[in-house]
Amino acid sequence: MAEKFLMPKLSPTMEEGQISRWVKSEGDAFEANETLAEVDTDKATMEMTALTGGTLLKILKGEGETALLGEAIAITGKKGEDISALLTEVASNGGRKASDAGGTPALQSEPPVSAGGQIATTATSQSNVGGSPTQAETRTTASVPSGISVTPTNGRMIVSPIAARMAADNGIDLRNVSGSGPNGRIIKRDIEEALSGGTRTPSSATANQFTPSTIVGASAFSDEPTSKMRQVIAGRLAESIGPIPTFYLTVEIEMDNVLAVRKQINANLDDESKISVNDIIVKAAAMSLLKHPWVNASYQDKTVRFYEQADIGVAVAIDEGLITPVVRGANLKGLAEISAEIKDLATKAKAKKLQPDEYTGATFSISNLGMMGIKEFTAIINPPEAAIIAVGGAIQTPVVREGQIVIRNLMHVTMSCDHRVVDGATGAKFLQSFKQMLEQPAMMLL
Amino acid sequence: MATLTIRDALNQALREEIIRDDNVFVMGEEVAEYDGAYKVTRGLWKEFGDKRIIDTPITELGFAAVGVGAAMAGLRPVIEFMTWNFSVLASDQIINHAAKMFYMSGGQFKVPVVFRGPNGSAFQVSSQHSHSLEAMYANFPGLKVVQPSTAADAKGLLKSSIRDDNPVIFMEQERMYGLKGEVPDGDDFTIPLGVADIKREGTDCTIVARSMTVPIALQAAEKMQAEFDVSVEVVDPRTIKPLDIETIVNSVKKTNRLVIAEESHSFASVGAEIAYQIMDGAFDHLDAPIKRISTVEAPMPYAKNLETLALPDVDKIVAAVKEVCYL
Repeated sequence: MAEKFLMPKLSPTMEEGQISRWVKSEGDAFEANETLAEVDTDKATMEMTALTGGTLLKILKGEGETALLGEAIAITGKKGEDISALLTEVASNGGRKASDAGGTPALQSEPPVSAGGQIATTATSQSNVGGSPTQAETRTTASVPSGISVTPTNGRMIVSPIAARMAADNGIDLRNVSGSGPNGRIIKRDIEEALSGGTRTPSSATANQFTPSTIVGASAFSDEPTSKMRQVIAGRLAESIGPIPTFYLTVEIEMDNVLAVRKQINANLDDESKISVNDIIVKAAAMSLLKHPWVNASYQDKTVRFYEQADIGVAVAIDEGLITPVVRGANLKGLAEISAEIKDLATKAKAKKLQPDEYTGATFSISNLGMMGIKEFTAIINPPEAAIIAVGGAIQTPVVREGQIVIRNLMHVTMSCDHRVVDGATGAKFLQSFKQMLEQPAMMLL
Repeated sequence: MATLTIRDALNQALREEIIRDDNVFVMGEEVAEYDGAYKVTRGLWKEFGDKRIIDTPITELGFAAVGVGAAMAGLRPVIEFMTWNFSVLASDQIINHAAKMFYMSGGQFKVPVVFRGPNGSAFQVSSQHSHSLEAMYANFPGLKVVQPSTAADAKGLLKSSIRDDNPVIFMEQERMYGLKGEVPDGDDFTIPLGVADIKREGTDCTIVARSMTVPIALQAAEKMQAEFDVSVEVVDPRTIKPLDIETIVNSVKKTNRLVIAEESHSFASVGAEIAYQIMDGAFDHLDAPIKRISTVEAPMPYAKNLETLALPDVDKIVAAVKEVCYL
């Protein structure tokens, strides 16, 4: 039966989408999981995929046109089907989804799925509780036998039938097995090797191999009641300045030790794996946040939300503006992993391929303009986070040490704080820890 | 046990069945006074005379039809085609009459005829005389199709074919008539139709081969063992129809890999059917896509070098085994 294909919710904050490109043309048949179109949302260009197979009978919204959530953008069904009734319906109500239970489609938190259940997206919606699988993962794994895991990425995992069976029988997670067959096909001998202990290591092994942390989703948190005093502070400060009563703290950090440590580490790495000063700053901030829960927090009116891990948003400039991809659980990750992850996220950000869960739900953010010659600046808090640090460049400066004038690399960091949760002394103590981590990088080993 | 050529094993089977059953007779071109174009019927005319061993004119459709009629009347004819290439002239009798009579007469007439002769390529007999026709005949319900690859199988299967109440397409191979093998003694030795034989046991890869590709597959298996330490199992279905798919499925369940070697062209071949049935019965046990080695999709060239290139050989089978073993 022919059906309207409705604009799906492709990001947590999306209210409308613009058709960037139709991948399929009218008359084209498509299969489940095939991409029908690319849609520009408020943050990224998303692939809109079909949940079931069919034929694209009529495109209602052409490239460049915008549709509200739940608005019909195409008609799908079987080839040659009569769609005149649907076209009339679309023409009469502007393509809005017929309200079956008085619902307002645009406000639904789930993608609007019509009776035929056609819409699936590769986007994963933001999950607030650590450890819970994202939508995409749930959907993907639901279609395979229990015990077999597949990666939730767009790339299909290629596994020979007997290898899939052996993995299922022995509880082996195929994501941890690298395939030695053509196109990376996982074959029987790969499973046998995994069973005998050593998983095959990829041939492109490099010096900075690390075991990926098992961090899934955004940080877990606990909500604790806001004290009376804190409510009053919040109310008064907000009245005085605006929605977020912001204040600023600036600290000067001697970066010579960090630069030396970085040089040492990079001497052992190939060019592609070299770590940056910013990677070390991310790590230091994450470790400091764990020591100062009020900074790794969020003001929620009735409660203050304390995060259990540090999910660091890293501001990346892109052509059309700015986006902050998130390094999840940076406090638990090594420099090599943080570095690789930031490189990957920045590449995706520039290609506008970030998925919503990759740029939302940070607990703290870092904006670094040091490489652009900025000595010192202030950054705007990304709500509902409690703080952001603005990092300037490390600049050679004459300073007095033990009565002598010496040259040191000094870096200015200014933290913007949400006064509803972060008081002056709280912020200052955080910056003290942060400064100590960077001036004595060995502290990060603790 | 005696060591016999396939030619002599077939001759023994015919002789024993002629003696055993008065209804058995042999008919075809040059089968009597000349002892057969490939000497399979050597000595039989002298021993049994004109009534049991009958020379025919060059009329394939005619003597095939006489065979079908004789079988309907209660005899057990063995009709020799000088080669299966000439059976195409008689295919109406085989397909429309022999194969259909039992069904269309509501079971009143069984047709216990054996059509036999060499199938496949020979030595530079070019495009009209090198056909492997087993897939064509196997495509018609009502016919049994047999392709032996050893002297023992040739004797045991021919005797069973003569005793079978259905029309049997019995396909020998000209290149193999001189192959020697041990054959069990005794008039009662038979091999049932529809039972595959594991010609070589192995654990890493299965090759399904039949007729001429069996000895080639065995050589390939030796090479894989010696050069790559890969243990290859060679399964010979022996009877194409009915096909003993169970033995092949069990082998693939053990080895997880399958190569099919056959002398026919690849398109819609018996190997294609086996590949489908393995997909159906052992999909979850496969570690690699099934590979098939067939004769190239072209009329058989006359030139010796091109003929060699067109046919399956040890190197082609070894390459396919290596591929499914990811070597």
